[in-house]
Amino acid sequence: MAEEKGKLQNLFEQGEFVVTCEIGPPKSAAGDGIRRHTEHLKPYADAMNLTDNQTAIVRLSSIGAGVHVLAAGGEPIIQMTCRDRNRIALQSDLLGAYSLGVRNVLCLSGDHQTFGNHPGAKNVYDLDSIQLIKSVKDMREEKIFHSGEAIKRDEPRFFIGAVANPFADPFEFRVLRLEKKIRAGAQFIQTQCIFDMERFEAFMELSRKRGLHEQAYIMAGVMPIKSAKAARYMQKNVSGMLVPDWIVERLTKAEDQAAEGVQICIEQIKHLHSIPGVRGVHIMAVAWEEIVPEIVKGAGLLPRPQERRN
Amino acid sequence: MIVAEAKPLEEILESLNGMSRILIVGCGGCVSVCLAGGEKETGILASALRMKRELAGEPLQTAEETLTRQCDPEYVQQLAKKLEGIDCILSLACGVGVQFLAEHFPQTWVLPALNTKFAGATLEHGLWEERCGLCGECVLGQTGGVCPVIRCAKSLLNGPCGGSQNGKCEVKPNECAWQLIYNRMSQLGRLERLMDVAEAKDWSKSRDGGPRRVVREDVKLDG
Repeated sequence: MAEEKGKLQNLFEQGEFVVTCEIGPPKSAAGDGIRRHTEHLKPYADAMNLTDNQTAIVRLSSIGAGVHVLAAGGEPIIQMTCRDRNRIALQSDLLGAYSLGVRNVLCLSGDHQTFGNHPGAKNVYDLDSIQLIKSVKDMREEKIFHSGEAIKRDEPRFFIGAVANPFADPFEFRVLRLEKKIRAGAQFIQTQCIFDMERFEAFMELSRKRGLHEQAYIMAGVMPIKSAKAARYMQKNVSGMLVPDWIVERLTKAEDQAAEGVQICIEQIKHLHSIPGVRGVHIMAVAWEEIVPEIVKGAGLLPRPQERRN
Repeated sequence: MIVAEAKPLEEILESLNGMSRILIVGCGGCVSVCLAGGEKETGILASALRMKRELAGEPLQTAEETLTRQCDPEYVQQLAKKLEGIDCILSLACGVGVQFLAEHFPQTWVLPALNTKFAGATLEHGLWEERCGLCGECVLGQTGGVCPVIRCAKSLLNGPCGGSQNGKCEVKPNECAWQLIYNRMSQLGRLERLMDVAEAKDWSKSRDGGPRRVVREDVKLDG
């Protein structure tokens, strides 16, 4: 099978500072919203990340959503969690996704089902995220299934992503766990939303010391916050997300809180862009996708680069 | 030990609808230690059931017996002579005991009075916690003596996930098992061992293939 790299990988390899965004699939069987978002966002974001039943709430599948993105001319990154599928289903879905034209997969363990709308569900976690990364790599490089059986033809050749959360504990182990993910096969990394810059800088410094920024493309995650109320909610209720008080205060004082949220996000992107080893930014405007163009423009990241195909 | 807790009284009463003479059987094993199904709990349950039924105008006759263990044929057999005229056995054993009674007395209806919870231990008086997932292939040697299979909400073998904060799991009120593992490995100077990618578990050794068996030819009597 011919080597067929996707746009996301090509842009990284060209040395571009990549911009991706997130599209949350709907709680319905309608794909038109995803296509509309893609049409609207594709001049501003190089790839669209499709969440996989995030916070364990049933939604249109990430692969289905990825196919809608493709149909609308976008570059999809499908999320694949270990919560809902065993190794058989994970591999099967990956084969299916690749056959439909998806080239990028982000491997995660997934939010626990008790947070979602089916708390009585049985979770799977047959593999964990690191084992999944290894398996996707083995499918591509060794041409084998997880069991070791050969994939005789048309193996899926995914560009493999992983997540890192510099704000969870134990902090000292976060960089080491990122290293484990990279060793297992992760090629690009998407971080949890960054609000605490100091801690993220410390994380990047440790990562650079271990040379991780040269072994994977690290994308910094950002999230525009719409209101002081939303900021306070995240401060209190979302594990693994650190929202500093100054953000809450700045939003509280602002006349137009949403505009202030956008402004803070733009400032953060500019700052992140200057940190050595940060190769792109992932904008998580959950249920606020339409704001992405304004943020990308404000951050001075337009026009988006073209991919040079060899 | 196997930790169990009493089913709600209303649920037990409902399961006894139409019964007028029952044999209530306690167990002197694990459920006795975790204060769920020993002799004392058997007596208390019997009085409570009689009172409730008396008040409802449908009196219930109870006989009580607490076996040394309900998961042992030798003790279970002792009940054979006490079954005459009873409508059912209400067992305060774990699920193993309930099934052993049902297997040994095919003509007798057997009901559970407990919900069997987990393999665990007493943390303090009145508090029990799970410690072993009975996965069939112990990994404690790789994780500093803290089980990620059952103590991590996602059974991660390469944790911790992004939901660990201040030592707590995002699934409250659990401690983060991987923080505990990290602490132990740090204390023991073996942190570098956590850098190895733990391979996927062979779950065929766990519960996924029907009831598991342990066979020891060397101790079998009919060899």
